[in-house]
Amino acid sequence: MHQALKTTYKQDMSLLANRSGVFWYTLLIAALLLVPGVLGEFYVNELGGVYIFAIAGVGLMLLTGYTGLVNLGQGAFLGIGAYTNSVLMTKGVPFVITLPLSGIFAAVAGVLLGIPTLRMTGFYLAIATLAFGSIVGTIFQKWTAVTGGFDGFAVPTPTIMGYPIEGATGVYYMSLFVLIFVLWMSINILRSPVGRAMVAIRDSEVSAQSMGINLSLYKTISFAISSGITGLAGALFAHYVRFLAPDSFDILLSIQFVTIIFVGGLGSLHGAIFGALFVRLLPQLIAIVRDDLPFGIGRLPGLEPSLFGLVLVLVILFEPTGMYGRWLKLKAYFKNFPLHRRGGARRQKAYAKSERLR
Amino acid sequence: MTLFAARDIAIQFGGIKAVDAVTFDVNEGEVFSIIGPNGAGKTTIFNLISRIYNPTAGELTFKGQNITRVPPHEIASLGIARTFQNIELFAQATLLQNLLIGRHCHVRNNLISQFCFLPSTRRAELEHREKVEDIIAFLDLQRYRDTLIANLPYGVRKVVELGRALCVEPKLLLLDEPSSGLNVEETEGMAFWIEDIKKDLGITVIMVEHDMKLVSAVSDRVMALNYGRVLALGTPQEVQTHPEVVRAYIGGEA
Repeated sequence: MHQALKTTYKQDMSLLANRSGVFWYTLLIAALLLVPGVLGEFYVNELGGVYIFAIAGVGLMLLTGYTGLVNLGQGAFLGIGAYTNSVLMTKGVPFVITLPLSGIFAAVAGVLLGIPTLRMTGFYLAIATLAFGSIVGTIFQKWTAVTGGFDGFAVPTPTIMGYPIEGATGVYYMSLFVLIFVLWMSINILRSPVGRAMVAIRDSEVSAQSMGINLSLYKTISFAISSGITGLAGALFAHYVRFLAPDSFDILLSIQFVTIIFVGGLGSLHGAIFGALFVRLLPQLIAIVRDDLPFGIGRLPGLEPSLFGLVLVLVILFEPTGMYGRWLKLKAYFKNFPLHRRGGARRQKAYAKSERLR
Repeated sequence: MTLFAARDIAIQFGGIKAVDAVTFDVNEGEVFSIIGPNGAGKTTIFNLISRIYNPTAGELTFKGQNITRVPPHEIASLGIARTFQNIELFAQATLLQNLLIGRHCHVRNNLISQFCFLPSTRRAELEHREKVEDIIAFLDLQRYRDTLIANLPYGVRKVVELGRALCVEPKLLLLDEPSSGLNVEETEGMAFWIEDIKKDLGITVIMVEHDMKLVSAVSDRVMALNYGRVLALGTPQEVQTHPEVVRAYIGGEA
């Protein structure tokens, strides 16, 4: 099997795994920077949406994929970010200030959700976060003085140092920039003690505690980071949709985020990106084939959410490591071709684990 | 010199007295074993020491400091590390990451510096890594360094858990059945390591163990428990021949 030769400890804590990674990612970023000049406005707009969902996906990945805490109300944080950004902008605050502020506001909201749910896990946490999501959604609808209620309001065009960030291209570059920043920070988090503490909490709370990890503190930190990142995505989302109304932030949006991390692959940042690509591009794919489907399936209402649901269930059943896991298996297959071992990717039975101390 | 002392500690779960007025002292530099039949309260004592359970009565002192009400996550930074009977490793992380988590109580960098991975964090990480490498070399785990725990055999996991506890750089090490699930050879290896931990690293060990061969090979003193009460306390030979202990294990006329 291919294995990288390591000569210093620094290699294990570098930003990218190896030199070929540096090359390919630089090439990828360069290509992505050129996209608006090459592809039409429709594709640029869609990719901008993918980036925004990828940012939120990375946020949820840190919470669910790395700390092991479920959140079915992530859409609420996107909403908090979007409203914070847009309401402040209508009051005349410049975008360069509202963007970080929406992240900070959402992070504070995350702490407020995190503290009462500290002792919850599994189903209970899922229900609590679901309730939080719908409470926030109701606030968006009813607090008309600030949010404009059901009527919503148009989001002002942001400017950075006098230059207006307009249209699909503006949102595209802004989202790409924020996505790269968020990924950089997430990798930093994962290679430093905070990230290890998060993984420790996910895998065994009782021994995490015995190793000196303050469970409440780190769970709260994880909630704050996750919702803060999602708040940043929210601010961008507001400019992406250009018109804010409360019905953008319903439960379906939260389910989409959950789909992103599960379909993409739990416990990997790549997974968040793959998942965002899937979740944003599936509706487009449906739109393309809709008219050609037999028996009028294409005209059925609710086709899209049911497909999302079906895919989510199938992935959890048959490919728990998601798209990224499948990608790794494919890579291993071709690397070892023609010597790959049948069943080499088969899941192993885990040893019995004590639940007594939970 | 007394490093750790338990005074009349007790814990009740409903009507069951799992540990009932247990008193013992552990001297610095010794290996202190706790034996007893199943359900005697051995692991419960460990959970009391590592503060996962709150004692209903009694007092725990470590280095002269009362630790009866210290929160569980501060126990490690005081210098008490432990292993678990059924292995509580971080299964979806590599061996290296597991050992680095053992260094958590020595982390001093603030969050901002970690988020940006500033040079101070980078330096601290390298220092932790060097400490971890010492433990890896000590326990001969080099070849598994980058392996996920989930892919390691049981015997190796036992050793990794010992290593993770050593990464805390403890004064007092609590080993909960270090030989359970190990074969004869691995158990002998464990005995050597416990000797080395005591002699070379100067760490005091409290050990819960069923394997009497291992207990008598490494322990300085042994405490026998049954139904949460102390039956006997003394050298391995004294305890093994103590009539109460014999009766608890083999049975006899009441």
